[in-house]
Amino acid sequence: MINFEQVTKRYEDGYEALSELSFHVTQGEMAFLTGHSGAGKSTLLKLIMLMERSTRGKVVVSDRDLGEIKRRKIPYYRRNIGLVFQDHQLLFDRSVYDNIALPLIISGAQSREIGRRVRAALDKVGLLSKEKLLPLALSGGEQQRVGIARAVVNKPALLLADEPTGNLDPELSTEIMRLFEQFNQVGVTVMIATHDLSLIARMKHRILTLQQGRLMSDGVV
Amino acid sequence: MMGWFEMWPKKERSEQSQQHPRNQPERRKVEKGASHGAVARNSRLKSYFMHHRQVAKESLLRLLATPFASLMTWLVIAIALTLPVGLYVFLQNAQQLSQEWDDAAQISVYLEQKINEKQGRKLVQHIQSWNAVQQVRYISPNEALEEFKQFSGFGDALQYLNENPLPAVVVVSPRTDSVDLKSTQTLLSRLQDLPDVEQAQLDLQWMDRLFRIMALGQRMVLTLGLLLGTAVLLVVGNTVRLAIESRRAEIVVVKLVGATDAFVRRPFLYTGIWYGLGGGLLAWLLVNVVIYWLSGSVAELVAAYDSDFGLSGLGFLTTLSLWAFSGLLGLLGAWLAVGRHLSKIEPR
Repeated sequence: MINFEQVTKRYEDGYEALSELSFHVTQGEMAFLTGHSGAGKSTLLKLIMLMERSTRGKVVVSDRDLGEIKRRKIPYYRRNIGLVFQDHQLLFDRSVYDNIALPLIISGAQSREIGRRVRAALDKVGLLSKEKLLPLALSGGEQQRVGIARAVVNKPALLLADEPTGNLDPELSTEIMRLFEQFNQVGVTVMIATHDLSLIARMKHRILTLQQGRLMSDGVV
Repeated sequence: MMGWFEMWPKKERSEQSQQHPRNQPERRKVEKGASHGAVARNSRLKSYFMHHRQVAKESLLRLLATPFASLMTWLVIAIALTLPVGLYVFLQNAQQLSQEWDDAAQISVYLEQKINEKQGRKLVQHIQSWNAVQQVRYISPNEALEEFKQFSGFGDALQYLNENPLPAVVVVSPRTDSVDLKSTQTLLSRLQDLPDVEQAQLDLQWMDRLFRIMALGQRMVLTLGLLLGTAVLLVVGNTVRLAIESRRAEIVVVKLVGATDAFVRRPFLYTGIWYGLGGGLLAWLLVNVVIYWLSGSVAELVAAYDSDFGLSGLGFLTTLSLWAFSGLLGLLGAWLAVGRHLSKIEPR
C-alpha cells in the first residue's frame, strides 16, 4: 500500500528531513509512526499526501509512483486518502454535517448519496445527533471525531492521521485509537503518527520509529 | 452500524476499478444499472451544475451576511460605473437633440433679383438631381413676403412698399445620412458657385462647434469608462484578495481533501460576479435617479426653446449590457486576484 524506497527529502534550506528511508506497509495493515519531533514524521506524511515531493528515491502508494503524478492530478489522488489532523482543521462557519460532506461535494457525489454517507459516518463516530451543530459547540474529543468522520466519509483505502490524540486526555485518546482499529478491521490501511508511546505500546500493532530521518526500529513492541 | 461496515469493501473495489480498467464488471455492479458511461456522466454533470448553483447561492449569502461591508463595495463600484454611464446617457440625449436640430442644417440659397419664377423652378430641378441633396424647396418672392408678414409683425407696414424687396429663396436640405461638416461645406460652395445665385448661407460655425463637442464627449465617455472600469477591476480584485486571505485555512483543508484548483477558485469567482452585478444594479438605479431628478429642469428648459424633447433614460438593451458588463468586470477582477493569490496558498 505504502512503499518507500531509499527516500531522501532535503528542504530548500538544506535541512535533510528524511535520509534514504525505506519501508513497506501492506494493504490492510495498521502501523504507528513515532519518533521525537523533528524526526521526520510530518515530512513522511507530507510526502504521502503529495504536499511535498521527495528529493531522491521513490514513493509508491496504492501501486502509483507519486513521482509520476502531475500537479494537476494531485487532487484526484488525494481523494483516495483520508487524512486526520491533530487540530481537526474543521471549518467553523459550517455545521458538522457540512464539514463531513465536504469531501463528497468535492468529488461530485449526488446529494442523495451525500446524505446517506454523511449519516453513516456520523453514526460510526457516534455523533449522529449532533449533525446540525457548529463545531465550536462540540468538545475537543467530539471535534476530533468529526475530523475522523470527514476523513472516512469517502471510504478511502488509506487512512492517515497526524497526532490525532495530541490534544486529548488518555481516556479519549484510547477511544479514538479504538475507532481507528475498527476501520482497520474492515480492510482500511491505517497509518498514525504519534508520540503517545504508552498508548500505542498497549495496542499491539506495528510501530515504525524514526530518528533523524532514518528508520531506527520497525516491528510490534 | 453493521451495514456501514459492509459498505466499505464495495467502495474499495469501485475505487480500484477506476484505476484498473480490468475490474470493469465489478464497477458496473456497484453503480447499479449505470451500465453506460453516459448515465454516470449525466448524473455527474447534474451534480456539477447543482454545485455551481449551490456555490453561487453561498457566495451571495456570504456577501449578504456582512451587509454593510458589501454595500460599501457595491456603492464604490456603482459610483465608478455611474460616471461613464451617466455621461453616455447625457451624450445619447444630446445626439437626439442635435438630430432634431439637423433641420437647422439647411442651406438658404438667395437667388438674384432678376431671376423669374420659371428660371428658379428650373434651378430647383437641377439642384434636386445632386447626390448630396435630400430635399429642395422653392420659395417665391411672394411666398417669402407672405411668410415675412405672418411672422415678423411688420405686416401692416409692408403694405406701403411699392414692390416686393425679397428675393426668391431655394432651401436645400443636405442628405441626413451624410451630414458631416466637410460634405456640407462642399455642397455650400457648389451652390455658391451656381450662376444666378446671389448668396448661399449656412451657420457653419455653430455646427462645427457642436460636432466637436460631441466628439469630445464620446472620447470622454471612453476615457472615463476605461479608467473607472479599471478602478472597478481593482476594487473587486482587492476585495476578493481579502476574502481569500480570510479563508486561507479553509482553502488549505479543502485542497487536502482533494479539491481541484477550479473547485477552490469557484466561490471567489462567484463573489466577484456578485460584486460586479450588484454594483451594476446600483449604478442603474443611480443613473435613473439622476435622470428623474434632472428631467424636471430639462422639461422647463426645453419648453422655453419651444421643443417637445424629453430626457430618455437607459434603454432595455443598454441596461442589459450594463449589467452584463459589470458582472464581467467583477468576474475579471476576481480572476486576477485568484490567479495571483490562490496559487500561493498550498498545504504545508
